[in-house]
Amino acid sequence: MNPLIPLFVVTPLAGAFLIMIIGRFIKEFNKYFTSLILLFLVIISFYSLFTTGENLSVYKVGGWEPINKIPIGIYMVMDGFTVIIVCIINLIGFLSAFYSISYIKRYTAENYFYALFCLMVAGMNGVVLSGDLFNIFVFLEISVISSYALVAFGVEKNELEASFKYQVLGTLASFLILFGIGFIYWKTKTLNIADIKLAFSSGYDKTYYLFVQILILSGFGLKAAIIPFHAWLPDAHSSAPSPISAMLSGVLIKAVGIYVIIRLFFNMFIVSEGMAVLITTLGTLSMVIGVFLAIGQWDIKRLLAYHSISQMGYVIMSVGIGMILVSRGIKPEVAALAISGGIFHLINHAAFKGLLFLNAGAIEYTIGTRDLREMGGLSKSMPATSATSFVASMSISGIPPFNGFFSKLIIIIAAIMAKFYLLAALAVIVSIITLASFLKFQRYAFFNKTDDKKNQQIKEVPFPMVFSMVVLSIICLLLSLLVIPGIRDAILTPAIDILTDPLKYSSTIIGQ
Amino acid sequence: MKGMTIIVKKTTQLIAGMIFMYGIYIIVHGHLTPGGGFAGGVIVAGSFILVTLAYGGDFLKLVKEESGTTIIESLATIMVILIATAGFLFGTRVFFNNFLPKGVVGQLVSAGVLPLYNIFVGTEVAASIFIIFLSLIIFKEESPK
Repeated sequence: MNPLIPLFVVTPLAGAFLIMIIGRFIKEFNKYFTSLILLFLVIISFYSLFTTGENLSVYKVGGWEPINKIPIGIYMVMDGFTVIIVCIINLIGFLSAFYSISYIKRYTAENYFYALFCLMVAGMNGVVLSGDLFNIFVFLEISVISSYALVAFGVEKNELEASFKYQVLGTLASFLILFGIGFIYWKTKTLNIADIKLAFSSGYDKTYYLFVQILILSGFGLKAAIIPFHAWLPDAHSSAPSPISAMLSGVLIKAVGIYVIIRLFFNMFIVSEGMAVLITTLGTLSMVIGVFLAIGQWDIKRLLAYHSISQMGYVIMSVGIGMILVSRGIKPEVAALAISGGIFHLINHAAFKGLLFLNAGAIEYTIGTRDLREMGGLSKSMPATSATSFVASMSISGIPPFNGFFSKLIIIIAAIMAKFYLLAALAVIVSIITLASFLKFQRYAFFNKTDDKKNQQIKEVPFPMVFSMVVLSIICLLLSLLVIPGIRDAILTPAIDILTDPLKYSSTIIGQ
Repeated sequence: MKGMTIIVKKTTQLIAGMIFMYGIYIIVHGHLTPGGGFAGGVIVAGSFILVTLAYGGDFLKLVKEESGTTIIESLATIMVILIATAGFLFGTRVFFNNFLPKGVVGQLVSAGVLPLYNIFVGTEVAASIFIIFLSLIIFKEESPK
């Protein structure tokens, strides 16, 4: 057993409540303590990344050993795929928390902000590490309920409206998920993901199984904002304070949405072709429609939020292609390539979308508006913001040598090799439209002409904000290295092995 | 907030203490009988809510009470985490490990750390439900008539 696994949940949870007590008596405690907690989590998550590799470690909470190979306790599982997401959560979380040190001064009630932030991180780590279906639900509720409160943190009319919309749709999603979990428990008499897989392997009722799959897909699809379920995302992500937008868009929709969909449909359900085609279709729809909704926006954060839908479409489409090939049982190397493209793009998206939201926050911090038409000429007065947002814009539009280029390239190559020519063509077209909308962002925000008098008063943002943005832009460049075979084998291949091998996950966990 | 009539006040005086004691009973017998931390905590919170409703209290007093309850709530949660961590340190490197002696089945002091968890979960639930109630009252007092 790996004793580090529960620390990912326990540390931020204890931190949240300590902040609520000590933060009352000592000012300034909350911000530095949150950053310290998240720095600690970043260190142990990267330590886990380099030590996990091909291994799969299981942690049995409370020391409840299985009886006759039937798991009775709560399991926490860390494998190649989990550890990547844990690294993303804690790294983006640390940079957002550090960025908040200056940004959140404009709000009151900082204690609540940092306590909720820690709770959100604890919930997301819990969702990703849990090997038990009901615990996924519990941790999901912890993270999304704190995100409802964080979206409404400004308590203005817009924020409250967005938060209300988010709560209604989020509760609907939670209801569907709980319903699905109940149906699974009814048939299989177990909640452990690996055990459910074994129960499904020994035979199941086809229509019942399809019903459960649809419930789970629509529930987590709502959390991931795939296109028919996307209505809450643009409002919620644009109204939240910017570090929270970076967390929501960069991490939350992945950890509680995409990650769980990928994990459950590969490792719990038996991959079926019909479901795989459905997932690919939904992914393609989000990719295409998301970008068309994005290009007309004038509010920076809404524009970025719609691009989140579109970029998540790439990830789902690519993983879906892999799923179709796995279900047909042909071309395993192309399936592995498609899934690796999807996961690579997921990692990249966390980096550049987090960075873009932090840039939007920096612009809002200095000039107090999010409307592109009221900006201009900021490249001279805010050089760091301008340079980092250029890096992020080029990454998301897929310009070499930034990371987005390589992941999109892998996705397109995989689609062509799997003979899905239409999807490959759509991926290219969407990438071009993305480039167009980010050129619009660059031109209006940073290079447009305005009167010089107003611009002379604008200054660069404080150090913590600049630090987070610069670190993220360096990460955007460094992530390109994941395409080099040696590094890819060490980090991406274990994740793909655990997903493509139908029985490895369940047999390793039950066997232990 | 204004209090209620003298009839309500007298009745509350008589029964609030009993409800409180019953909640405590449910909490400490959590490992022996049905109920436990959550159910008992709700009952304890009920007694506090009853007293607040019957006697009322001015705005500043309510706000002060709320901030005190928040601290108790956070402390209870931290205690639960501390007991879980103690299991990690004393036992077999596992969180939520039952490291105390189990005792005789049926006795009040038995089942290792379970009664401790029940007590702190009960405190946490009682405090948080009371906070929800106080926040609603404070919101009503703040908003214009």
